[in-house]
Amino acid sequence: MANLQETTEAILVLAAAHFSVPRAQLSADDDFFKTLGINSLQALDLLTRVENHFHIELPDYELQGVTDFRTLAERIQARL
Amino acid sequence: MKDFRATTMSWGLRNGCVELALHRPPYNEIGSESLVEFERFIAELETVFGSAHALIVHSELGPGFCAGADLRELFRRSQEVAPDARLTELREFLQRIHRVFNRIDAAPLTTIAAVHGMAFGGGFELALACDLIIADKMARFCFPELRLGLIPGFGGIPRLKRDVGNAVVRDLLLTGRSFNATRAHGVGIVSQVVAEGEALRAARATAAQLAKFDRATAIAAKRFIKPIPEEELRQEIEIFCDLFTHPAVEAGLRKFVESEDPLPYLP
Repeated sequence: MANLQETTEAILVLAAAHFSVPRAQLSADDDFFKTLGINSLQALDLLTRVENHFHIELPDYELQGVTDFRTLAERIQARL
Repeated sequence: MKDFRATTMSWGLRNGCVELALHRPPYNEIGSESLVEFERFIAELETVFGSAHALIVHSELGPGFCAGADLRELFRRSQEVAPDARLTELREFLQRIHRVFNRIDAAPLTTIAAVHGMAFGGGFELALACDLIIADKMARFCFPELRLGLIPGFGGIPRLKRDVGNAVVRDLLLTGRSFNATRAHGVGIVSQVVAEGEALRAARATAAQLAKFDRATAIAAKRFIKPIPEEELRQEIEIFCDLFTHPAVEAGLRKFVESEDPLPYLP
């Protein structure tokens, strides 16, 4: 099973690839809404990609108030 | 049936398969203009009931299949119309939408929703009126209505209850969370999950397969297995109209229309 650091890295790679942002410009504590410049619809798209990648299900409400990659990774980690 | 491009949707007939493409930016929200065009489409569809074997419903827009009812129009009308007339107008709108979705539901051809991206609220309900849902792996299904103080109003609960277990209905309805395509497939809502961008192609392949079967047999099979939940659909309209008078609804709709975010009710 991946550890938190590996999970965070995988999310950063996914986000960078999908939103066409260089991976080097993203860090774990970034607010992904601001860094990626995305809205709620695009955040839902990111959630779907994350779910598909990790083969998990993460209810939308678990993301209430989650804005940074590290906390997102913690939520995922709890379901691996 | 001639190819026709209306404002919110287009339709045409190819190789015995009718294709209905939704294209009302930004997210195919269903409002009064869409309803008029749906009614026109149904009238056209009925002219090919004896010759066509399938109907595919899909979206031409990138963000997804359909985000549901046009909440901005719903809010605007609720502000413009006097309270008594407001409910009458709302009930009539719902009854007309139900007639359209019931015609799609019971149409004597096999109906397929090809879903990508979001199928929320009324969009999910439109997909549920179809016989089969083929989803790409980025599709999401959701009933967000409770977040607005409402229940789904386009027939979603009775139709979903017809298809899956009550616990699944409660999960979607009472939590307001969305299911991804894999989960929707796992519980039996979706018949096939395909790669991103492949839902329409898979729907066309499925429609081509259906053309091999005797139509009378396929129609008899559909009538046997897919009854319209008429009484529950009537109840749904009454519950929806009752809830619509509650102050929480106006507050929820106001919050929605005042936001610039596409899905301000999420998460």
